[in-house]
Amino acid sequence: MTALLHDTCDQAVAGIQDGSTVLVGGFGFAGMPFDLIDALIRQGAKDLTIVSNNAGNGEVGLAALLKAGRVRKVVCSFPRQADSYVFDELYRAGRIALEVVPQGNLAERMRAAGAGIGAFFCPTAVGTPLAEGKEARTIDGRDYVLEYPIKGDYALVSAHRADPMGNLVYRKTARNFGPVMATAATTTIVQVNEVVALGELDPEAVVTPSIYVDRIVRVQARNYTVQGAR
Amino acid sequence: MTIVASAAAGAVEHLDRGPLTMDELAAVIARDIPRGSYVNLGIGQPTKIADHLPADAGVVLHTENGMLNMGPAATGDQVDPDLTNAGKVPVTELPGAAYFHHADSFAMMRGGHLDVCVLGAFQVSATGDLANWHTGRPDDIPAVGGAMDLAIGAKNVYVMMTLFTRTGEPKLVPSCSYPLTGVRCVGRVYTDHATFDTTPDGMRIRETWGSTAADLAARLDGAAAATQSRR
Repeated sequence: MTALLHDTCDQAVAGIQDGSTVLVGGFGFAGMPFDLIDALIRQGAKDLTIVSNNAGNGEVGLAALLKAGRVRKVVCSFPRQADSYVFDELYRAGRIALEVVPQGNLAERMRAAGAGIGAFFCPTAVGTPLAEGKEARTIDGRDYVLEYPIKGDYALVSAHRADPMGNLVYRKTARNFGPVMATAATTTIVQVNEVVALGELDPEAVVTPSIYVDRIVRVQARNYTVQGAR
Repeated sequence: MTIVASAAAGAVEHLDRGPLTMDELAAVIARDIPRGSYVNLGIGQPTKIADHLPADAGVVLHTENGMLNMGPAATGDQVDPDLTNAGKVPVTELPGAAYFHHADSFAMMRGGHLDVCVLGAFQVSATGDLANWHTGRPDDIPAVGGAMDLAIGAKNVYVMMTLFTRTGEPKLVPSCSYPLTGVRCVGRVYTDHATFDTTPDGMRIRETWGSTAADLAARLDGAAAATQSRR
Protein backbone atom coordinates (compact mmCIF):
# COMPACT_ATOMS: atom_id res chain seq x y z
CA MET A 1 0.00 0.00 0.00
CA THR A 2 1.21 3.48 -0.73
CA ALA A 3 1.97 5.81 2.13
CA LEU A 4 -0.64 7.76 4.03
CA LEU A 5 -0.04 11.44 4.49
CA HIS A 6 -0.86 12.49 8.05
CA ASP A 7 -1.64 16.00 9.26
CA THR A 8 0.13 15.75 12.59
CA CYS A 9 2.99 13.82 14.15
CA ASP A 10 0.58 12.62 16.85
CA GLN A 11 -1.50 10.87 14.18
CA ALA A 12 1.63 9.53 12.52
CA VAL A 13 2.88 7.73 15.65
CA ALA A 14 -0.52 6.41 16.74
CA GLY A 15 -0.61 2.73 17.63
CA ILE A 16 3.01 2.21 18.69
CA GLN A 17 2.63 -0.40 21.44
CA ASP A 18 4.52 -0.86 24.68
CA GLY A 19 7.52 -3.14 24.18
CA SER A 20 8.02 -2.26 20.51
CA THR A 21 11.39 -2.19 18.82
CA VAL A 22 11.76 1.25 17.24
CA LEU A 23 14.51 2.12 14.77
CA VAL A 24 15.36 5.81 15.14
CA GLY A 25 17.29 7.54 12.38
CA GLY A 26 19.99 10.14 12.79
CA PHE A 27 23.68 10.47 13.46
CA GLY A 28 23.75 12.77 16.44
CA PHE A 29 21.36 15.56 15.51
CA ALA A 30 21.74 15.19 11.72
CA GLY A 31 18.72 13.27 10.44
CA MET A 32 17.18 12.79 13.88
CA PRO A 33 13.35 12.73 13.64
CA PHE A 34 12.86 15.21 16.49
CA ASP A 35 9.17 15.88 15.86
CA LEU A 36 8.21 12.20 15.66
CA ILE A 37 10.13 11.48 18.87
CA ASP A 38 8.36 14.35 20.64
CA ALA A 39 5.05 12.88 19.46
CA LEU A 40 6.10 9.43 20.68
CA ILE A 41 6.79 10.91 24.12
CA ARG A 42 3.27 12.39 24.15
CA GLN A 43 1.83 9.10 22.84
CA GLY A 44 3.23 7.30 25.88
CA ALA A 45 4.49 3.92 24.62
CA LYS A 46 6.96 2.44 27.10
CA ASP A 47 9.40 -0.47 27.55
CA LEU A 48 10.73 0.36 24.11
CA THR A 49 13.87 -1.07 22.53
CA ILE A 50 15.51 1.74 20.58
CA VAL A 51 17.93 1.02 17.75
CA SER A 52 19.90 4.11 16.79
CA ASN A 53 23.51 5.11 16.21
CA ASN A 54 23.76 7.12 19.43
CA ALA A 55 21.98 7.13 22.77
CA GLY A 56 20.86 10.74 22.72
CA ASN A 57 22.49 14.13 22.96
CA GLY A 58 21.61 16.90 25.36
CA GLU A 59 17.99 16.65 26.47
CA VAL A 60 16.20 16.77 23.12
CA GLY A 61 15.13 14.09 20.65
CA LEU A 62 16.23 10.61 21.69
CA ALA A 63 17.66 11.91 24.97
CA ALA A 64 14.22 13.33 25.86
CA LEU A 65 12.61 9.93 25.20
CA LEU A 66 15.18 8.29 27.47
CA LYS A 67 14.68 10.95 30.12
CA ALA A 68 10.93 10.30 30.03
CA GLY A 69 11.68 6.73 31.11
CA ARG A 70 10.19 5.02 28.06
CA VAL A 71 13.20 3.03 26.96
CA ARG A 72 14.13 -0.42 28.27
CA LYS A 73 17.10 -1.05 26.00
CA VAL A 74 19.29 0.82 23.57
CA VAL A 75 21.03 -0.93 20.67
CA CYS A 76 23.63 1.48 19.30
CA SER A 77 27.24 1.89 18.23
CA PHE A 78 28.27 4.97 20.17
CA PRO A 79 26.39 5.80 23.37
CA ARG A 80 29.07 7.75 25.19
CA GLN A 81 29.58 11.31 24.02
CA ALA A 82 30.35 14.67 25.55
CA ASP A 83 26.62 15.45 25.86
CA SER A 84 25.11 11.98 26.45
CA TYR A 85 24.60 12.60 30.16
CA VAL A 86 20.95 11.47 30.17
CA PHE A 87 21.89 8.01 28.92
CA ASP A 88 25.04 7.88 31.07
CA GLU A 89 23.05 8.44 34.27
CA LEU A 90 20.37 5.85 33.38
CA TYR A 91 23.03 3.30 32.41
CA ARG A 92 25.12 3.80 35.54
CA ALA A 93 21.96 3.51 37.65
CA GLY A 94 21.19 0.18 35.97
CA ARG A 95 17.91 1.52 34.61
CA ILE A 96 18.62 0.89 30.93
CA ALA A 97 20.14 -2.02 29.00
CA LEU A 98 22.79 -1.48 26.34
CA GLU A 99 23.87 -3.57 23.37
CA VAL A 100 26.91 -2.07 21.65
CA VAL A 101 27.12 -2.95 17.95
CA PRO A 102 29.87 -1.84 15.56
CA GLN A 103 28.43 0.92 13.40
CA GLY A 104 28.74 -0.94 10.10
CA ASN A 105 27.16 -4.05 11.61
CA LEU A 106 24.29 -1.97 12.92
CA ALA A 107 23.63 -0.71 9.39
CA GLU A 108 24.19 -4.05 7.68
CA ARG A 109 22.05 -5.99 10.17
CA MET A 110 19.16 -3.65 9.41
CA ARG A 111 19.90 -3.86 5.69
CA ALA A 112 19.73 -7.66 6.01
CA ALA A 113 16.38 -7.43 7.80
CA GLY A 114 15.00 -5.26 5.02
CA ALA A 115 16.40 -7.47 2.28
CA GLY A 116 15.20 -10.82 3.63
CA ILE A 117 18.67 -12.11 4.54
CA GLY A 118 18.59 -14.66 7.38
CA ALA A 119 22.10 -13.88 8.66
CA PHE A 120 25.50 -13.02 7.20
CA PHE A 121 29.17 -13.69 7.89
CA CYS A 122 31.01 -10.46 8.64
CA PRO A 123 34.73 -9.86 9.32
CA THR A 124 34.11 -6.92 11.68
CA ALA A 125 34.91 -7.54 15.35
CA VAL A 126 36.63 -10.92 14.82
CA GLY A 127 38.87 -11.58 17.81
CA THR A 128 37.29 -8.83 19.92
CA PRO A 129 34.92 -8.95 22.91
CA LEU A 130 32.02 -8.04 20.61
CA ALA A 131 32.41 -11.35 18.72
CA GLU A 132 32.36 -13.52 21.85
CA GLY A 133 29.79 -16.30 21.70
CA LYS A 134 29.08 -15.77 18.02
CA GLU A 135 29.30 -18.50 15.41
CA ALA A 136 32.58 -18.19 13.47
CA ARG A 137 33.68 -19.43 10.09
CA THR A 138 36.82 -19.17 7.97
CA ILE A 139 36.05 -18.52 4.31
CA ASP A 140 38.90 -18.37 1.76
CA GLY A 141 41.35 -17.96 4.63
CA ARG A 142 39.58 -15.04 6.26
CA ASP A 143 37.73 -15.20 9.60
CA TYR A 144 34.12 -14.09 9.95
CA VAL A 145 31.40 -14.08 12.59
CA LEU A 146 27.72 -14.68 12.01
CA GLU A 147 25.53 -11.61 12.40
CA TYR A 148 21.74 -11.68 12.55
CA PRO A 149 19.29 -9.11 11.17
CA ILE A 150 17.83 -6.33 13.31
CA LYS A 151 14.19 -5.86 12.46
CA GLY A 152 12.05 -3.04 13.79
CA ASP A 153 8.36 -2.92 14.54
CA TYR A 154 8.56 0.75 13.67
CA ALA A 155 11.11 3.07 12.08
CA LEU A 156 11.11 6.81 12.76
CA VAL A 157 12.98 8.55 9.98
CA SER A 158 13.62 12.15 8.97
CA ALA A 159 13.87 12.90 5.23
CA HIS A 160 14.05 16.15 3.33
CA ARG A 161 11.30 15.82 0.74
CA ALA A 162 8.54 13.35 -0.14
CA ASP A 163 5.90 13.00 -2.79
CA PRO A 164 2.39 11.88 -1.83
CA MET A 165 3.22 8.24 -2.61
CA GLY A 166 6.06 8.24 -0.08
CA ASN A 167 9.10 8.45 -2.36
CA LEU A 168 11.87 10.16 -0.41
CA VAL A 169 14.98 12.22 -0.92
CA TYR A 170 17.30 13.21 1.89
CA ARG A 171 19.69 16.07 2.44
CA LYS A 172 23.49 15.75 2.77
CA THR A 173 24.76 13.63 5.70
CA ALA A 174 21.31 13.71 7.31
CA ARG A 175 20.59 10.71 5.07
CA ASN A 176 22.75 8.37 7.21
CA PHE A 177 20.62 5.51 8.61
CA GLY A 178 17.28 6.67 7.17
CA PRO A 179 17.17 4.64 3.93
CA VAL A 180 18.29 1.44 5.68
CA MET A 181 15.88 1.80 8.61
CA ALA A 182 13.00 2.53 6.22
CA THR A 183 13.47 -0.96 4.74
CA ALA A 184 13.87 -2.78 8.05
CA ALA A 185 10.66 -1.97 9.93
CA THR A 186 7.12 -3.32 9.69
CA THR A 187 5.81 0.25 9.78
CA THR A 188 7.99 3.12 8.58
CA ILE A 189 7.00 6.61 9.70
CA VAL A 190 8.75 9.55 8.05
CA GLN A 191 8.83 13.24 8.87
CA VAL A 192 9.73 15.50 5.96
CA ASN A 193 10.33 19.19 5.52
CA GLU A 194 8.45 19.33 2.26
CA VAL A 195 5.80 17.34 0.36
CA VAL A 196 5.87 17.98 -3.37
CA ALA A 197 3.24 17.12 -5.99
CA LEU A 198 3.27 13.72 -7.61
CA GLY A 199 5.72 13.74 -10.53
CA GLU A 200 7.87 16.50 -9.10
CA LEU A 201 10.55 14.20 -7.67
CA ASP A 202 13.04 13.08 -10.31
CA PRO A 203 12.54 9.28 -10.38
CA GLU A 204 16.29 8.90 -11.05
CA ALA A 205 17.06 10.71 -7.82
CA VAL A 206 14.63 8.96 -5.45
CA VAL A 207 16.67 7.49 -2.57
CA THR A 208 13.94 5.61 -0.69
CA PRO A 209 11.24 4.25 -3.02
CA SER A 210 7.67 4.55 -1.76
CA ILE A 211 7.24 0.81 -1.17
CA TYR A 212 9.21 1.15 2.10
CA VAL A 213 7.22 4.08 3.49
CA ASP A 214 3.94 3.74 5.39
CA ARG A 215 3.23 7.12 6.95
CA ILE A 216 4.42 10.62 6.12
CA VAL A 217 4.01 13.85 8.03
CA ARG A 218 5.26 17.29 7.07
CA VAL A 219 7.00 19.24 9.83
CA GLN A 220 8.10 22.83 10.13
CA ALA A 221 11.74 23.55 9.50
CA ARG A 222 13.47 23.24 12.82
CA ASN A 223 15.79 25.76 14.32
CA TYR A 224 18.59 23.28 14.92
CA THR A 225 21.29 23.70 17.42
CA VAL A 226 24.80 22.67 16.52
CA GLN A 227 25.90 19.52 18.32
CA GLY A 228 27.63 20.11 21.60
CA ALA A 229 26.04 23.52 22.13
CA ARG A 230 23.31 22.93 24.67
CA MET B 1 59.10 -12.06 20.42
CA THR B 2 60.62 -8.62 20.80
CA ILE B 3 58.52 -5.61 19.85
CA VAL B 4 61.08 -4.18 17.47
CA ALA B 5 62.49 -6.35 14.69
CA SER B 6 66.18 -5.88 13.73
CA ALA B 7 66.38 -2.59 15.57
CA ALA B 8 68.21 -0.04 13.52
CA ALA B 9 68.22 -1.57 10.04
CA GLY B 10 67.49 1.17 7.55
CA ALA B 11 65.86 3.64 9.94
CA VAL B 12 66.19 7.36 9.20
CA GLU B 13 67.20 9.07 12.47
CA HIS B 14 66.52 12.77 13.13
CA LEU B 15 68.78 13.40 16.12
CA ASP B 16 69.05 17.20 15.83
CA ARG B 17 65.65 17.69 17.44
CA GLY B 18 63.23 16.25 19.98
CA PRO B 19 60.05 14.23 19.38
CA LEU B 20 57.38 15.56 17.00
CA THR B 21 54.43 17.63 18.14
CA MET B 22 51.04 16.15 17.17
CA ASP B 23 50.78 18.79 14.45
CA GLU B 24 54.18 17.84 13.03
CA LEU B 25 53.16 14.20 13.20
CA ALA B 26 50.00 15.00 11.23
CA ALA B 27 52.20 16.59 8.56
CA VAL B 28 54.42 13.49 8.42
CA ILE B 29 51.38 11.26 7.88
CA ALA B 30 49.94 13.61 5.25
CA ARG B 31 53.26 13.43 3.38
CA ASP B 32 52.96 9.61 3.19
CA ILE B 33 49.37 9.42 1.93
CA PRO B 34 49.52 8.56 -1.78
CA ARG B 35 48.08 11.06 -4.23
CA GLY B 36 44.54 10.31 -5.29
CA SER B 37 43.81 8.01 -2.33
CA TYR B 38 40.42 7.52 -0.74
CA VAL B 39 41.07 8.13 2.95
CA ASN B 40 39.15 8.05 6.24
CA LEU B 41 40.61 10.09 9.10
CA GLY B 42 39.46 8.95 12.53
CA ILE B 43 37.92 11.19 15.17
CA GLY B 44 40.41 13.14 17.29
CA GLN B 45 44.07 13.68 16.39
CA PRO B 46 43.89 12.08 12.89
CA THR B 47 41.45 14.83 11.82
CA LYS B 48 44.44 17.21 11.86
CA ILE B 49 46.04 15.36 8.94
CA ALA B 50 43.54 16.98 6.56
CA ASP B 51 45.10 20.40 7.27
CA HIS B 52 48.42 19.15 5.88
CA LEU B 53 47.21 17.49 2.66
CA PRO B 54 48.26 19.62 -0.33
CA ALA B 55 45.25 20.93 -2.28
CA ASP B 56 46.57 19.30 -5.45
CA ALA B 57 47.08 15.86 -3.87
CA GLY B 58 43.65 14.75 -5.03
CA VAL B 59 43.03 12.88 -1.79
CA VAL B 60 39.31 12.15 -1.32
CA LEU B 61 38.17 12.12 2.29
CA HIS B 62 35.51 9.62 3.34
CA THR B 63 33.40 10.18 6.41
CA GLU B 64 31.55 7.13 7.65
CA ASN B 65 28.31 9.02 8.21
CA GLY B 66 27.85 8.95 4.46
CA MET B 67 30.02 11.21 2.34
CA LEU B 68 32.98 11.24 -0.04
CA ASN B 69 35.03 14.33 -0.84
CA MET B 70 34.33 16.00 2.44
CA GLY B 71 35.76 19.53 2.72
CA PRO B 72 37.22 21.45 5.68
CA ALA B 73 35.31 22.37 8.83
CA ALA B 74 32.45 24.81 8.25
CA THR B 75 32.63 28.31 9.68
CA GLY B 76 30.07 31.09 10.08
CA ASP B 77 27.30 30.93 7.47
CA GLN B 78 28.65 27.65 6.08
CA VAL B 79 27.44 25.75 9.15
CA ASP B 80 24.65 23.38 8.10
CA PRO B 81 23.19 20.97 10.68
CA ASP B 82 22.63 18.41 7.89
CA LEU B 83 26.33 18.31 7.00
CA THR B 84 28.69 16.99 9.66
CA ASN B 85 31.68 14.68 9.91
CA ALA B 86 31.89 11.51 11.98
CA GLY B 87 32.81 13.61 15.01
CA LYS B 88 29.52 15.52 14.45
CA VAL B 89 31.46 18.69 13.65
CA PRO B 90 29.92 20.82 10.85
CA VAL B 91 31.94 20.43 7.65
CA THR B 92 31.73 21.49 4.01
CA GLU B 93 31.47 19.64 0.70
CA LEU B 94 33.95 19.85 -2.17
CA PRO B 95 33.05 19.66 -5.88
CA GLY B 96 32.66 15.97 -6.73
CA ALA B 97 31.24 15.10 -3.31
CA ALA B 98 28.79 12.20 -3.00
CA TYR B 99 26.32 11.26 -0.28
CA PHE B 100 25.18 7.73 0.52
CA HIS B 101 23.48 5.86 3.33
CA HIS B 102 25.20 4.13 6.23
CA ALA B 103 25.09 0.57 4.86
CA ASP B 104 26.78 1.75 1.64
CA SER B 105 29.29 3.78 3.62
CA PHE B 106 30.43 0.75 5.58
CA ALA B 107 30.21 -1.55 2.55
CA MET B 108 32.80 0.60 0.79
CA MET B 109 34.98 0.30 3.89
CA ARG B 110 34.50 -3.40 4.58
CA GLY B 111 34.62 -4.22 0.86
CA GLY B 112 38.21 -3.02 0.61
CA HIS B 113 37.56 0.09 -1.47
CA LEU B 114 39.06 2.57 0.98
CA ASP B 115 42.82 3.00 0.48
CA VAL B 116 43.85 4.32 3.90
CA CYS B 117 42.35 4.96 7.29
CA VAL B 118 44.17 6.63 10.16
CA LEU B 119 42.99 5.82 13.67
CA GLY B 120 43.99 6.83 17.16
CA ALA B 121 44.92 4.08 19.62
CA PHE B 122 45.30 3.22 23.29
CA GLN B 123 47.68 0.39 22.36
CA VAL B 124 49.08 -1.44 19.33
CA SER B 125 50.69 -4.86 19.67
CA ALA B 126 53.90 -6.03 18.02
CA THR B 127 51.76 -8.09 15.63
CA GLY B 128 49.51 -5.18 14.64
CA ASP B 129 46.56 -5.80 16.97
CA LEU B 130 44.69 -2.58 17.71
CA ALA B 131 43.02 -1.46 20.96
CA ASN B 132 41.27 1.89 20.70
CA TRP B 133 37.61 1.61 21.74
CA HIS B 134 37.29 0.66 25.38
CA THR B 135 39.49 0.92 28.45
CA GLY B 136 37.79 -2.17 29.89
CA ARG B 137 37.26 -0.39 33.22
CA PRO B 138 33.98 -1.54 34.77
CA ASP B 139 32.70 2.03 35.18
CA ASP B 140 33.48 2.93 31.56
CA ILE B 141 30.57 2.93 29.10
CA PRO B 142 31.72 1.03 26.01
CA ALA B 143 31.33 2.88 22.70
CA VAL B 144 32.77 1.40 19.52
CA GLY B 145 31.37 3.57 16.73
CA GLY B 146 32.92 2.66 13.39
CA ALA B 147 36.36 1.73 14.77
CA MET B 148 36.05 -2.05 14.36
CA ASP B 149 34.69 -1.74 10.82
CA LEU B 150 37.49 0.66 9.82
CA ALA B 151 40.18 -1.48 11.44
CA ILE B 152 39.39 -4.51 9.31
CA GLY B 153 38.07 -2.69 6.27
CA ALA B 154 40.57 -0.22 4.88
CA LYS B 155 43.38 -1.57 2.66
CA ASN B 156 45.97 0.22 4.82
CA VAL B 157 45.33 0.93 8.48
CA TYR B 158 47.63 3.52 10.03
CA VAL B 159 47.67 4.43 13.70
CA MET B 160 48.49 7.92 14.95
CA MET B 161 49.37 8.15 18.65
CA THR B 162 51.96 9.23 21.16
CA LEU B 163 54.44 6.39 21.74
CA PHE B 164 54.21 6.69 25.52
CA THR B 165 51.39 7.39 27.96
CA ARG B 166 51.51 10.47 30.19
CA THR B 167 53.08 8.27 32.85
CA GLY B 168 55.72 6.93 30.46
CA GLU B 169 54.43 3.45 29.62
CA PRO B 170 54.83 2.41 25.98
CA LYS B 171 51.65 2.09 23.93
CA LEU B 172 53.46 -0.26 21.54
CA VAL B 173 53.32 -3.50 23.50
CA PRO B 174 53.91 -7.26 23.10
CA SER B 175 50.14 -7.84 23.40
CA CYS B 176 47.35 -5.39 24.17
CA SER B 177 45.99 -5.30 27.71
CA TYR B 178 42.97 -3.23 26.61
CA PRO B 179 40.05 -4.93 24.79
CA LEU B 180 40.85 -5.36 21.09
CA THR B 181 39.35 -3.42 18.20
CA GLY B 182 40.87 -5.65 15.54
CA VAL B 183 43.41 -8.45 15.18
CA ARG B 184 46.57 -8.02 13.06
CA CYS B 185 45.04 -5.09 11.27
CA VAL B 186 47.53 -2.23 11.76
CA GLY B 187 50.07 -1.83 8.96
CA ARG B 188 51.91 1.24 10.17
CA VAL B 189 52.21 3.14 13.45
CA TYR B 190 52.99 6.85 13.47
CA THR B 191 54.16 8.26 16.79
CA ASP B 192 55.91 11.35 18.08
CA HIS B 193 59.17 9.42 18.61
CA ALA B 194 59.20 7.11 15.58
CA THR B 195 57.21 5.48 12.81
CA PHE B 196 56.96 1.72 12.59
CA ASP B 197 55.91 -0.82 9.93
CA THR B 198 54.31 -4.08 10.99
CA THR B 199 56.32 -7.08 9.76
CA PRO B 200 56.02 -10.81 10.49
CA ASP B 201 58.99 -10.43 12.88
CA GLY B 202 57.66 -7.43 14.81
CA MET B 203 57.74 -3.70 14.25
CA ARG B 204 60.39 -2.29 11.93
CA ILE B 205 61.44 1.29 12.73
CA ARG B 206 61.23 3.54 9.64
CA GLU B 207 62.12 6.94 11.04
CA THR B 208 62.92 8.41 14.46
CA TRP B 209 62.85 11.89 16.02
CA GLY B 210 64.97 12.75 19.05
CA SER B 211 66.50 9.33 19.72
CA THR B 212 68.25 6.54 17.85
CA ALA B 213 66.33 3.50 16.68
CA ALA B 214 68.52 1.31 18.86
CA ASP B 215 67.74 3.37 21.98
CA LEU B 216 64.01 3.32 21.25
CA ALA B 217 64.02 -0.43 20.63
CA ALA B 218 65.84 -0.98 23.91
CA ARG B 219 63.37 1.26 25.76
CA LEU B 220 60.31 -0.51 24.28
CA ASP B 221 61.62 -4.02 24.76
CA GLY B 222 63.01 -3.17 28.19
CA ALA B 223 59.61 -1.91 29.33
CA ALA B 224 57.96 -5.03 27.92
CA ALA B 225 60.43 -7.28 29.76
CA ALA B 226 59.87 -5.35 33.01
CA THR B 227 56.09 -5.77 32.62
CA GLN B 228 56.56 -9.48 31.97
CA SER B 229 58.67 -9.99 35.07
CA ARG B 230 56.08 -8.19 37.24
CA ARG B 231 53.35 -10.61 36.09
